[in-house]
Amino acid sequence: MKKTNVICPFCGCLCDDLTVNIEDNKITGVDNGCALASSKFLNTERLEKPLIKRGGKLVETSYDEAIESSVEILSNAKRPLLFGWSGTQGEAQCKGVHICELLGGVIDNTSSVCHGPSILAIQEVGHPGCTLGQVKNRADLIIYWGCNPVDAHPRHMSRYTTYADGFFLDNAFRERKMIVVDVRKTESANVADEFVRIKPGGDYAVISALRAMIRGKSKSIPDSVAGVSKSQLERVVKMCKEAKFGAIFFGLGMTMSPNKYKNVRNAIELVDEMSRHTKFTITPMRGHWNVYGSNEVFTWMTGYPYGIDFSRGIAFYNPGETTAVDMLSRKECDALLVVASDPGAHFPKKCLEHMADIPVIQIDPHLNCTSHFADIQIPVAITGVETDGTAYRMDGIPLRTKKVIETERPTDTEVLEKMYKKILEAKGKCTHCW
Amino acid sequence: MHSLLVKNAYVIDPLNNIRGEIMDIAIKDGKIVESVKDSAEVIDAKGQLTLPGGVDSHSHICGTKVNFGRYMSPEDMRAGRGRAQPYMYPVSGYSVPTVYANTYRYSKMGYTTVLEGAMAPLEARHTHEEFSYNTLQDTLANTLFDGNWSVMEAVAEGDLKKVAAIVGWTLAAVKGFGVKITNPGGTEMWGWGKDIGCIHKKVDYFGVTPAEILDYLIRANEMLNLPHSAHLHTNNLGKPGNYKCTLETMQRAPDLNDKRQTLYMTHVQFHSYGGSKWADFCSKADDVSWMLNRKPNIAIDMGQVMFGKTTTMTADGPMEFNLYRLHHNKWSNHDVELETASGIIPVHYSRKNLVNSIMWAIGLELALMTKNPWQCMLATDNPNGAPFVKYPEVIALLMSQKYREEQLKTVNPDTEKRVFLPSLDRELDINEIAIMTRAAQAKALGIVDIGKGHLGVGADADVAVYPIKMDDIDPSKDYQKIIDGFSQTDYTIKRGRAVSKKGDCLVLGDNATIWVKPKISEKNDISKDPEFMKKFERYYTVSLDNYPVQEEYLHRNICIETETGI
Repeated sequence: MKKTNVICPFCGCLCDDLTVNIEDNKITGVDNGCALASSKFLNTERLEKPLIKRGGKLVETSYDEAIESSVEILSNAKRPLLFGWSGTQGEAQCKGVHICELLGGVIDNTSSVCHGPSILAIQEVGHPGCTLGQVKNRADLIIYWGCNPVDAHPRHMSRYTTYADGFFLDNAFRERKMIVVDVRKTESANVADEFVRIKPGGDYAVISALRAMIRGKSKSIPDSVAGVSKSQLERVVKMCKEAKFGAIFFGLGMTMSPNKYKNVRNAIELVDEMSRHTKFTITPMRGHWNVYGSNEVFTWMTGYPYGIDFSRGIAFYNPGETTAVDMLSRKECDALLVVASDPGAHFPKKCLEHMADIPVIQIDPHLNCTSHFADIQIPVAITGVETDGTAYRMDGIPLRTKKVIETERPTDTEVLEKMYKKILEAKGKCTHCW
Repeated sequence: MHSLLVKNAYVIDPLNNIRGEIMDIAIKDGKIVESVKDSAEVIDAKGQLTLPGGVDSHSHICGTKVNFGRYMSPEDMRAGRGRAQPYMYPVSGYSVPTVYANTYRYSKMGYTTVLEGAMAPLEARHTHEEFSYNTLQDTLANTLFDGNWSVMEAVAEGDLKKVAAIVGWTLAAVKGFGVKITNPGGTEMWGWGKDIGCIHKKVDYFGVTPAEILDYLIRANEMLNLPHSAHLHTNNLGKPGNYKCTLETMQRAPDLNDKRQTLYMTHVQFHSYGGSKWADFCSKADDVSWMLNRKPNIAIDMGQVMFGKTTTMTADGPMEFNLYRLHHNKWSNHDVELETASGIIPVHYSRKNLVNSIMWAIGLELALMTKNPWQCMLATDNPNGAPFVKYPEVIALLMSQKYREEQLKTVNPDTEKRVFLPSLDRELDINEIAIMTRAAQAKALGIVDIGKGHLGVGADADVAVYPIKMDDIDPSKDYQKIIDGFSQTDYTIKRGRAVSKKGDCLVLGDNATIWVKPKISEKNDISKDPEFMKKFERYYTVSLDNYPVQEEYLHRNICIETETGI
């Protein structure tokens, strides 16, 4: 059996044109998807059964007991941290927020270690963006800055930019220009019309130089800025000004390199500057398929996109203080709930040391590095494969991912809903008024 | 079966011609009935002002733009924070509050139905997701068609039936309610960083004018028998001298429906500007209301500006960029492929600022100079002119010349030379306020027949009891009592249940989404049209299969099916 127009739950592209082949409720192949998509659909490294640590060993348990024990840990914690959320459905993220409010805990998503700085920049200067279809249909200049779509978002260029024919570009590959800005020559740089190689940490200076040149202040620019020659910068400015529609995409090479959010702020202001000459937009290359969704959900429920602390009874937000890495490295939290993400693989050593010391509960379909820290593991259905649910593409387009095969495992939402009800009971709150 | 009796209510119900009668309102199973048994729950209104639940026919409360307004404004969240209490989750925010804050605050003010003013079809799922948390008001979403490529192509072909087929299918697919047209043609031009100006310039490539887009969409709207009329945000918003464009647009509006207006023009304050630049900026509310008074086929909302901080948000992308260049604070923009654009910027309307003071006066002038209150809705285009929590102050300004005079003393002293407000002595009465805040809004939206905006037998039992004794006060002098009274109901009753009491919620709420499904024959089903399917596949980034909003997003839904004859 084939299921068509399936939405890929891997990266922020959320390609919605996959065909999944199924035999006897097993996925046997994926057409149209990239290698990352196939690995997601065909992944077999699953958490199989609910497990709980007893006497230093993980032993099998029931879902009810795993949930009960999790509730006990979370309800008794003084400063619980609820982290992750980017790999699950919007419905589960909503439940997560309600649990956090009830616990007076801190809820954070993975953007605090990826595009958190972009959000800080947006909070200072805004965000002139657009949907990916605007780029596909109109953009004659694409700039990838500090990102490498060929490896990280393999279909980005064929669906939305360089190779995607659009309404105003019949032959995209010939009619579009592409600039890649990076500290090293990536696979993406190999296909660019212009590769701008910046010395590590030089993004801010290069963006500032471009802004100055667009404003007609070329004379003040030295012959070389962060390893980029003035003549190349002049060429880039000319390309930008000649474009009818320029689209910048940026990745962690911009958000997580020195100057962090100031780089992004500067890039947004570059777009603002260019918008006085032609049409320009800027879009962050979001990683997890629903990381943008976690920002959206947290925002409409709490007012803030990540790092939200409910210990004061109201939503308090201060990235750097209320974000997961900071809380863990300060050894501040005394219980950690990880949902649909893998801090065990990505967080600094100091954080992992603290994770080893405190109770960690993991809700995830997959076995990953965090599993080795978990005192309780709750295996769930994979959203977008075994259950449907809402997700937001990197440009803010909401989609409903599809269920392609059946599973007996509960969804994240179901597990969290049960936890919520039980925490209400544990806290002695009325169960019908929340 | 739940029964409720609201006793001793001082009722104003304009749609049923009730003006200040002391009466009992009987409610059973969520509807108004003739009488209920003695066993019914009783709320004693103690002779206080009792109105049908408030209806807001133009507000921005849920969806991509609104949420981006929150996302970019942590500073806004620090105002208006509230802790959890039974039936109320914690809230944050002032001009773009969290969803729960919006629904609690509207309920506190007696509002039970709110229309989200602008939903991009491609992003509709987001609006519906947020709607499900907006638990205390029934919600509806106007759907944007201003820069819709398929519509513009059908207009260029002169094919009205096709325009109707596209609009009809899209509304049903995205679970939308009405046709919203924001800066027609201008939002497509913004795709190239341009704007269009007034209604006779041609849209690049598509070769159609805003006037043509508007003409076709108005007629398609009627062809589909939609409950609401076309809902227009006119071209040239916020530009000095734009009143001419507004008048020309009004002049063109046909009269095609005997039950309601044919054209609803929104936030007309922003479109009633005289002068040629900011230096000679002045009010032209007199010309606009003169035209409105001669065009019963048009209804407007005020778009009242109130002083203080707020966040502007609209599908009018080019306008927001212009505004950003004036304010230099921050600017967000989010164009949507094949459909529309948008922009968001925070603003601070200052009493010291002459332009802002004139804007404040123009909104009030429009309401006071429009003879028929059924043609003018009270709204701030929340949060563009001001957050909706300012409605009680707007009501007081309309009811009291004394209050207006006092306020005029606090604004920029040059204002009086550029506006008409000081010369207007009209004071609206409570019946007119009830019309402008519920009855006319329900009528304009075409939802009276499904039980909104009135308290007649069979209506939805949405009722607001305000702590105002009309017989004991003179609104002209006691305007503070009007402000306080309208700020917080004693009881807000939604679908027969008291949902909030003195500002505290009594239930979690269970709202309904009202949407429209025009019945279109198989042969006119545009989603089966090979050309439309091909275009969809080639130019959208989402497949036709994944585009429609699934029923899962509509928890309690009221679908209005319309006969179309196509």
